[in-house]
Amino acid sequence: MKIAPDLVASLARGRTVILVSGTNGKTTTTSMIVAGWGGAVTTNETGANMPAGHAAALVESKSDHVALEVDEAWIPDSLVSTRPRVVVLLNLSRDQMDRANEVRHLAERWRKALEAHDDDDLVVVANANDPLVVYAAESRANTVWADVPTSWLADALSCPKCTLAISHVGSAWHCTCGFAKPAEVTTILGDELIIDGVSVDLELSMPGEFNRSNAAMALTALHGIDVDLEEAARRVNAIHSVVGRFSIRRWKGHVLRLLLAKNPSGFAAMMATLPEDQSDVWVAVNARLADGHDPSWLYDAPFELLRGHRVYCLGDRRLDLATRLDYGQVDFVVIDDDSTLPTSKGTVPLLANYTAFSDWLARSEP
Amino acid sequence: MTTICVLYPDLLGTYGDGGNALALAERARRRGVGVDVVEVRLNDSVPDASLYLLGGGEDGPQRLAADLLRGSSFVSRVQDGAKVLAVCAGLQILGLTFCVEGDDEYEGLGLADVVTSRGERRSVGELATRVNGQLLVGFENHGGRTTLHGGVDSLGAVVKGRGNDGTLDGYRTKSIWATYAHGPVLAMNPWFCDEILSGVTGLELDPLASVADRLYQERSRVLSS
Repeated sequence: MKIAPDLVASLARGRTVILVSGTNGKTTTTSMIVAGWGGAVTTNETGANMPAGHAAALVESKSDHVALEVDEAWIPDSLVSTRPRVVVLLNLSRDQMDRANEVRHLAERWRKALEAHDDDDLVVVANANDPLVVYAAESRANTVWADVPTSWLADALSCPKCTLAISHVGSAWHCTCGFAKPAEVTTILGDELIIDGVSVDLELSMPGEFNRSNAAMALTALHGIDVDLEEAARRVNAIHSVVGRFSIRRWKGHVLRLLLAKNPSGFAAMMATLPEDQSDVWVAVNARLADGHDPSWLYDAPFELLRGHRVYCLGDRRLDLATRLDYGQVDFVVIDDDSTLPTSKGTVPLLANYTAFSDWLARSEP
Repeated sequence: MTTICVLYPDLLGTYGDGGNALALAERARRRGVGVDVVEVRLNDSVPDASLYLLGGGEDGPQRLAADLLRGSSFVSRVQDGAKVLAVCAGLQILGLTFCVEGDDEYEGLGLADVVTSRGERRSVGELATRVNGQLLVGFENHGGRTTLHGGVDSLGAVVKGRGNDGTLDGYRTKSIWATYAHGPVLAMNPWFCDEILSGVTGLELDPLASVADRLYQERSRVLSS
């Protein structure tokens, strides 16, 4: 869609735009911004996060309030075309390497685009615990740094500036070259959430530490355009699921909780939310175009966390998954025929990557 | 006890390469063969080991890994008989020279008479190689074009994908198995994993049935069709 950038620029002109990007949490964080803002907000809820999807969203709704999730590779273009008031940078880690190739290269492209951006009023809300994000955002004078829990550091062990080892101690990190976690954090998420010195009541309905981090980033973005924090937090707390994610669904007598995880960091975060009292876990893995054709990431995800569960392997690449689990000493069953899935007591967590998740959302019912 | 050393997973381990150590250790454990896996990270020194594993990585980390290995005991340990499985960036590092960041030529470790230049386009996709009559399956993602000199043998002939140059993949010396296939290659190819395990321990290994056999059959069928 070659004409999209100009089209997006003309459609976005005069509107208040917030962009959200990062490897994980884009859709959820964007949804939180939409809910927290209140009223009508133009957004690309279905995750069509490249210029064609942005153009479609901007045509469909005329609201002056716009929240768009942006594919990581499209941030440089979207900064220019939408001229956002706020850009939220969540995290960067390995994902779909057969398409994106190198995550450090993405960080470099973000950095160059932000350095070159001529709008001094742009507010960058950036995760201070992700060295690749800090590398991308550090050149802006008015970056708002958020100190939010970030568990996945495997892609930031070597310094993005000088390649030497970054030392991580607790939530602090630094490299001998001087590159370090920004000191000026104004959003702090621990047991409570503090934004600009104000305590915000965060009681999410959705599970997971990572969702608390997403909410902290969303609320910081809204604070940047003067949305009342207390009101916004109340609306974000009420979200139960985002485009089917975390939703309870029914399928052939089974009760499932659908969990989307697309890459190693996503699986690590999602596996940490699994209930210990539920033995059975279903995991569905595909390697279609939207998933990335290369499932080698299975070996970067800590599937050993599933020891103690029995894992039913589903999806096109169930044998890749089963082999990974077998080498990781996790109890598994390969399911070649869905009708052989045993009925479990209670709600079964179903972890699925992108197209597998879409399949299960489509075939199940609320 | 056989020691397997994973070199710099924090620099070279982008494509699930940690799975190679996992497959070796688990296939040894199930046969009652004692294997110890140690990971060497950026600030660690290189210990004595029977087998070193090198994975794939991005340009900057690849250059740093080459420098760290050059300053370590790694080269002399390999010359003294230790073996190496090198994948992707690891394959390039062991050669005479390789290219990073554009066309800048960088000095390798010189353990194999092999030169890697920048390929015309990136090689991304499934890779299948015929190795002594057996199929080796995996996935490749690299920008290199590797040329073998001085009678260095390739690992095998490419059936699908690009490998070194569209015709051959990797190389095989007395002490090195090198391939562009990640996947990770030893998890997906049980026979190759056992060949290396056998070569390193000196043991003749009984067959070991596992779900990896089904995966290998499926990928072989898909990639040779």
